[in-house]
Amino acid sequence: MSVRRTLVAAATLAIAASLMSPASSQTLRYANQGDLKSLDPYTLNETTTHAHLGQVYEGLITRDKELKIAPALAESWETPEPTRWRFHLRKGVKFHNGDPFTADDVVFSADRVRAKGSNLQTRIDADVKVVKVDDYTVDFILTKPNPILNSQWDTWYIMDKKWAEENSAAAPTPAAATTPTYASLHENGTGAFTVESHQPGVKTVFKVNPNWWRKPEHNLKEIIFTPIASEATRVAALLSGEVDIIEPVPLQDIARVDASPNAQVLKGPEIRTIFIGMDQTRDELLFSNVKGKNPFKDIRVREAFYKAIDIESIKTRVMRGLSTPSALMIAPQLFALSKDFTRPKFDPDGAKKLLTEAGYPDGFEVTMDCPNDRYVNDAAICQAVVGMLARVGVKINLLAQPKAQYFAKVLKPGGYQTSLYMLGWTPGTLDSHNVMYDIMGCRDDPKSPRGETNLGGYCNKEFDKLTDQVLQEIDPAKRNLLIKQAFEIAMKDYAYIPLHQQALAWGVSKKLKVVQRADNQVLPYWMVKQDE
Amino acid sequence: MSDTVVPHKAGSSAPRAGVASAPWLARLGASDVFYSFRRSRLTMAAAAVTLLFFLIAIFAPLLAVQNPFDPAQLQLMNSRIAPLWTADGQSPFLLGTDEQGRDVFSAILYGLRISLTVGLLGVLFSGTLGIVLGLIAGYFGGAVDSLIMRIADVQLTFPAILIALLINGVVKSVFGNRLDAMSMLAVLVVAIGLSFWVQYARTVRGSVMVEKNKDYVAAAQLIGLPAPVIMLRHVLPNTMGPVLVIATINLALAVITEATLSFLGSGMPDTMPSLGTLIRIGNNYLFAGEWWIVAFPGITLAALILSINLLGDWLRDALNPKLR
Amino acid sequence: MLAFTLHRAIQAIGVMIAVGIIAFSMFRFAGDPVNQIVSLDTPPAERAEVRKSLGLDDPVIVQFARYVGNAAQFKFGVSYQFRQPVTALLMERMPATLELATCATVLAMVFGILMGVYSALRRDTLLAKAFQAISLIGISLPTFLIGILLIYLFSVTLGWLPSFGRGDVVRIGWWTTGLLTVSGLKALIMPSVTLGLFQMTLIMRLVRAEMLEVLRTDYIRFARARGLTTRAIHFGHALKNTLVPVITVAGLQFGSVIAFAIITETVFQWPGMGLLFVQAVQNVDIPIMAAYLLMVSLIFVTINFVVDILYTVVDPRLRSTISGAA
Repeated sequence: MSVRRTLVAAATLAIAASLMSPASSQTLRYANQGDLKSLDPYTLNETTTHAHLGQVYEGLITRDKELKIAPALAESWETPEPTRWRFHLRKGVKFHNGDPFTADDVVFSADRVRAKGSNLQTRIDADVKVVKVDDYTVDFILTKPNPILNSQWDTWYIMDKKWAEENSAAAPTPAAATTPTYASLHENGTGAFTVESHQPGVKTVFKVNPNWWRKPEHNLKEIIFTPIASEATRVAALLSGEVDIIEPVPLQDIARVDASPNAQVLKGPEIRTIFIGMDQTRDELLFSNVKGKNPFKDIRVREAFYKAIDIESIKTRVMRGLSTPSALMIAPQLFALSKDFTRPKFDPDGAKKLLTEAGYPDGFEVTMDCPNDRYVNDAAICQAVVGMLARVGVKINLLAQPKAQYFAKVLKPGGYQTSLYMLGWTPGTLDSHNVMYDIMGCRDDPKSPRGETNLGGYCNKEFDKLTDQVLQEIDPAKRNLLIKQAFEIAMKDYAYIPLHQQALAWGVSKKLKVVQRADNQVLPYWMVKQDE
Repeated sequence: MSDTVVPHKAGSSAPRAGVASAPWLARLGASDVFYSFRRSRLTMAAAAVTLLFFLIAIFAPLLAVQNPFDPAQLQLMNSRIAPLWTADGQSPFLLGTDEQGRDVFSAILYGLRISLTVGLLGVLFSGTLGIVLGLIAGYFGGAVDSLIMRIADVQLTFPAILIALLINGVVKSVFGNRLDAMSMLAVLVVAIGLSFWVQYARTVRGSVMVEKNKDYVAAAQLIGLPAPVIMLRHVLPNTMGPVLVIATINLALAVITEATLSFLGSGMPDTMPSLGTLIRIGNNYLFAGEWWIVAFPGITLAALILSINLLGDWLRDALNPKLR
Repeated sequence: MLAFTLHRAIQAIGVMIAVGIIAFSMFRFAGDPVNQIVSLDTPPAERAEVRKSLGLDDPVIVQFARYVGNAAQFKFGVSYQFRQPVTALLMERMPATLELATCATVLAMVFGILMGVYSALRRDTLLAKAFQAISLIGISLPTFLIGILLIYLFSVTLGWLPSFGRGDVVRIGWWTTGLLTVSGLKALIMPSVTLGLFQMTLIMRLVRAEMLEVLRTDYIRFARARGLTTRAIHFGHALKNTLVPVITVAGLQFGSVIAFAIITETVFQWPGMGLLFVQAVQNVDIPIMAAYLLMVSLIFVTINFVVDILYTVVDPRLRSTISGAA
């Protein structure tokens, strides 16, 4: 809710601003299903939070409209040797409080993001040395080559050392902080907007930063962000013109929004891959009527499951055409050789035959875990899968629950308590290695984080060897071939059942021009709104 | 037309819960009750509709074109078909189909089963619990009475929907994440049952305290009948009238509570939908123009509750001649 | 009287303690809060760290003692989702909920009494039957369905009223109100109607019944015999006698209205405590859930306590008999 007093103040400022700048400046009203939680950019590694904070903070690099790495606070960089990266910083950039941006801030931010309590420690490995060369040059010295060092740095936001230290916010605010820190309630970035007021769960108001170092591509004077969790309400707010942009639009409402005179849906494939995994490590499944053995250890059963799923029906019926069936565990935008892969055909009779060969002519019973508030139509997809498997004789007890309970059960801290599950994954690095390491790597070494989210425990040493080679290979063409080789192995193993990349669906007022990026970050600094 | 009833939403005791206690069987048999029944066409219609709902719930498997709870019978290619009489309708889907290819008509029949089962079992549960506790409290009085009534006081502080939500959460967290659809149904029954017992207990207790000072109870005690026998055989029948009224009204409330829990995501799962779940799912498609997914279950639910409420109203008036 | 008040006060405190135990034990064991605050790829060591720092590894007794101690000082810790003190979050949301609940209750009273009186005095008119029908529909449609239908009709189709939120609000001290701006008042209409419909039904039926009963009493017959005008009898005597129980019920129902606001606030995205509670349940935000339960209980218990005492002041006969007329 806005406060009358601040409204008056904002209006006064707006009048002042309009006197100064000839271009008409607008108020953007934006509603998302999720909320902006902490303002500390190192508290939570979550896409929506990154997008919000990307309005006030900036990284050394950024991702452009096509998600390509582009200079931001670093003007340029080079790798004089494979283990040394040198970044040349932009001069004349100021934080919102007027402090100048220098190399000290980069070194400070590198320490802070790796410190205890940060949720973004993966941004820079602990053994990387960050050295200030001069006020506008910083070196990153690695122990082994890493060609994707800066691939996640678009969301490693640079903070002001002086400001943080003065406000005793030098340490990151841990997710579990029992008292809010200064940095979780205030911001001091270099970005296009400043935070005017922040009421978690109700409203956050951003104001334009008149001293931004870039020439703005937007024409906004302020952004009023409201979280609206209810799907129907969110759509109604857009249709009635109360907000300019909503994310996401429920699939079933897309036609209606498109038919309305004042709004439309902006669609595009998202780079998150939705897939089904099977427990292939335990000797007996936790939740099944098959005792003494694990049917998923038999590759024929995994193949049967794969072939029993009619992905085209899921696409046309459940996803209303807004999904891209996937043969791989990574989105085609993120891997150049994706075209070389095709999904095995939908073949229910073949699936039945395979199950019979594997010794399950009458199928078997197994419980499937599924979130119901995490991905687009997640529970509906799972229900459809249950029906398809029922027709080849497999009886699935579907356990669709909110993500809180779902993740608590199936993830590592919950002891991977699942036999069959659906999950979605966006590699934070926008690169195959993250997928190969995090969700497809063996998890047999308890000390290594490899395979941490490999809930089914697929394990193939040959695959892991390729993963390690991929990390160190610098030549992109050779690297892609290694990745391809690895994915071929996983496909032959029927390690996973990739389903699709879901579609992005933003509801956008016809008055608004936006740029939609495949990582689903809603970024107002590219938005232009027509006069009311 | 019916006279007055004070609905006891939220388990708060409206002060007018009690109905003049009288030997209800005799009264029900008395001709004026049936006279009032026959006189009110609305009540008769309500009774007919209620009966119809119970019948189609019982015979759902014979009437439905598919078993909506069996995933193998749902074809995705049949999803989102409009009702039969519209341009896009397809046989045999009289009321259209939903996102999963589930026939809405069949789903309503089976959903009605679930809703009525949860409602009836919930009422049975709360009624039994409330009557037993009320009898004990009223007959024995003293410390037992005040303990039970203090618990009732605490519970009355909260609306039933909040209690049902909390109980639901407790049970779910105790049993972990392994609840299937059938145990979910049991959880709902328990949650609703535990939310509505207080009214029965208070009403029965009140009646018992009146009855137990009457001569026939003293006589029964004198000839050495044990307390449970006196309570069940002699005192209880005299409290049945008001209990029946409460039960009827609570059946409607239990069905609403179930639907509301489903709306908030704590009800029956999507694979075994009750009427409430069907409405929750259908709500998401209202804006999309697929109105039949929510409209028909909604109308069914409203009609069910309406007719039960009308019956409750009539029953209340019929047993309380003062108001006629 | 003092003894009675004291007795009631002790009882109220007992209720609060019982609720405290329930709140703590229920929310202590529901879901896993750790997964809510860390991301998917957080290593287990870090998860264990978070778990420890939240005190989730301590013995249950220790956790409970800590909980009660803090709650007594209105300290409910920091929300897992928002990383802000729960008390501040709740206080910020409370005006929205209280304003909505008050408006709903006032609407319900005004229309409920008017419709109730009319249908008691003109029992057989068409309008009275229509009121009866409306009241039946009011209790037969689930709240959320009514809300969605109103949004569909008045926001989407007709575009008259906003579909969500409170509109512009004015801050007066720590209180925020939507009653002083046009957009705030417009935003209040649909949620209040949705929330108040059930209470209106209740009050209408109650007024009608009370009126009918009072009109039959000897006291009214005497009034008639004394030759008073019908108007004087109906409004001077019958309605006056009816209003005491009606206001009592409305007061007692206020607690229910606040709790039922959970559903209404969810449908209309009304930034009140109920919406906060629903969001907390979805995110297993234990501190908020526990605090909500305790705050709402406190409101209930206070209302009940006050009503009890007032009732006794009004009618001394009740002092010994009205045990726990919640």
